[in-house]
Amino acid sequence: MWTFLHKLASPPHFYRLAAVLAPWLMVPALLLIAYGTVAGLFFAPSDYQQGDAFRIIYVHVPAAYLSLLAYIVMAIAAGIGLIWRMKLAHAVAAAAAPLGAWFTFLALATGSIWGRPMWGTWWEWGDPRLTSELVLLFLYIGYIALRGAIDDVSRADRASAVLALVGAINVPIIHFSVEWWASLHQGPTLIRAGGPAIELTMLYPLLAMIFGFSLLFGAMLLDRVRSEVLSRERRARWVRELLLPGGETA
Amino acid sequence: MNAGNSTAPSLFDGLSAIVRRDVLLAWKRPGDVLNPLFFFVIVSSLFPLAIGPDAEQLRLLGPGVVWVAALLATLLSLNSLFLGDFEDGSLEQLLLSPQPLPLLALAKSMAHWLIGGLPLVVVAPLIAISFQMSVDTIGAMLLTLSLGTLSLSLLGAIGAALTIGLNRGNALLSLLILPLAVPILIFGTRTVSLAATGDAYSAGAYFLGAYCMLAVTLAPFATAVALRISNE
Repeated sequence: MWTFLHKLASPPHFYRLAAVLAPWLMVPALLLIAYGTVAGLFFAPSDYQQGDAFRIIYVHVPAAYLSLLAYIVMAIAAGIGLIWRMKLAHAVAAAAAPLGAWFTFLALATGSIWGRPMWGTWWEWGDPRLTSELVLLFLYIGYIALRGAIDDVSRADRASAVLALVGAINVPIIHFSVEWWASLHQGPTLIRAGGPAIELTMLYPLLAMIFGFSLLFGAMLLDRVRSEVLSRERRARWVRELLLPGGETA
Repeated sequence: MNAGNSTAPSLFDGLSAIVRRDVLLAWKRPGDVLNPLFFFVIVSSLFPLAIGPDAEQLRLLGPGVVWVAALLATLLSLNSLFLGDFEDGSLEQLLLSPQPLPLLALAKSMAHWLIGGLPLVVVAPLIAISFQMSVDTIGAMLLTLSLGTLSLSLLGAIGAALTIGLNRGNALLSLLILPLAVPILIFGTRTVSLAATGDAYSAGAYFLGAYCMLAVTLAPFATAVALRISNE
């Protein structure tokens, strides 16, 4: 078990393993997303209240789910990197942040587009979930900005790891406070997407999309970690041998 | 410094020395205290000029304006929390000192609150009166501002420690800390607004108290780790 973990943490080994693993995630991801898109857009029945506008949940819900999942992955990787001084974990955290930020942005954009026909406005401050997502996006931006401001990789890794962990403690508090704040407004009564009784032909594409997006996130993460590892280890011998076959020295 | 020397000061002496030193430095160089304070006053007075003199509207907007201005003023003073110590090398002496670093970080945060937070709380009633707030509302505002600025001093110390010695530190610090400060802002402003309309407002004040306790307990540890990372 320990030797396996040690091997996994070694950059060249991980680099090769990730290359093998990524297609195994990417192919099912694309299949699931293709099924979810077709079934969700064409075969699922219209919602009796929201009409066809509800179909945006097939992108919105997975994106919102992944925006949180990416933050959790980032914070856990950052914690592992900080505590056990594992460089690979820092690379994972660095790679997860921009992905998470994009999923957050996607969730915000689709939520806003959905809000236009539903609430009659592009942005509704009274909805706690949209507002929490917005703060989550700000957290990602802060994390990426801190990383970008520090030139020394090792310091950037550990400084941003502290920020990610502080943020992870704050995310539930922020969400709770935003909910409390919104509950004091007499906002529009929301139509909560997906009550307990959701039509199965609606549910299956949604589940497929959620799994598909998760696998896609996994595949993209592996890919990004590979390039992250390459750029961090660019002075290591194995990278030179990999990129310059024939043993030339760069 | 002779770490572990038998003449090392006791824990309490060490902590109070830091607080006394920072307050004394601020006293000798009042610009550091006054600039954020004037910033607070001026930003708050810009809002009536921008919005118009309608008393009803000002009363509605007052709590939010005062809170946002206080938040920004605190950020302004946070930027220099470790800067002077970093530049003259005394920060390294703190890191080498025999006292536990998280407690020293706590002392730095407390000193910052005395220098940067407390003056805001003292001046806030003047602004509140110009925003037509009642005496009751001002009481709620003083309570929440005290707890909120103290939490900010603790939370912001983490960001200040992370960004020591970086260019663009000022804008960066705001990017790091403002999202984390959302709960403080929300509970602070809503508590004052509830007090203004005569509703029960204790829930928000309790929450701010709890948040402050959490910050006192955890933030100094994160600040200590961040200080070590930034000074290697």
